[in-house]
Amino acid sequence: MTIFIPTPLRGFTGGKDSVEVEAATVSDALEQLTQNYADLRKHLFTADGKLRAFVNLYLNDEDVRYLPAKQATAIKSSDTLTIIPSIAGGS
Amino acid sequence: MSSVRLTSAVHAEIRAHGEKTYPHECCGALLGVHGAEGWSIQAAVRAGNTRTDSAHNRYQISPVELLKIERGARAQGLDIAGFYHSHPDHPAQWSQTDLAEAHWLGCCYIITAVEQGKAALTNSFLLAGANEEEKHFENQQIVIDE
Repeated sequence: MTIFIPTPLRGFTGGKDSVEVEAATVSDALEQLTQNYADLRKHLFTADGKLRAFVNLYLNDEDVRYLPAKQATAIKSSDTLTIIPSIAGGS
Repeated sequence: MSSVRLTSAVHAEIRAHGEKTYPHECCGALLGVHGAEGWSIQAAVRAGNTRTDSAHNRYQISPVELLKIERGARAQGLDIAGFYHSHPDHPAQWSQTDLAEAHWLGCCYIITAVEQGKAALTNSFLLAGANEEEKHFENQQIVIDE
């Protein structure tokens, strides 16, 4: 599958805006991604291994948080996974 | 101090958006390319503010809208270079909320003060730092290309 890397994380993927991995589930795909690019791990996961709250994951057009199996969702090689950090703020 | 280049159209657009949504905060994404001298912003994309509970002093872009913006940028050969929002009747200065909610390291956060409905000062801040724990805003010079 193809994982799309957001601008702030491309410094940890050698400048690549997308990375190809072979994986069975969303969780496996993230594991492979962070094995290949180890410095990404601390940006995506907390110290206890949970996905950081501000990291949104979209499997094709679906927010992974709202999929029944969440990160255990099975994936196909034609799927895309997009990593999108959240954006908010205010005065 | 680093700098960020904006086209005059982008500069006008983000200020006009702040006036349009006043007294609520506006928000949107900045699309551009990164070169040796930093970001060059070529387009601004308006987004909806999902913080309808407190839109006068808070903003949030829905993740699904961000996904669409990211795909649109990719189709144009551009990157998400940062984001903009307005501070209605409040200085064009980042707040602790802005910093806490900022996660796009290396990207520009542009803030326009809107005073009584009219766009006033526009400032840019680079989200610097190696990681989430060390992140901080640095003032940026805005260079406007005609």
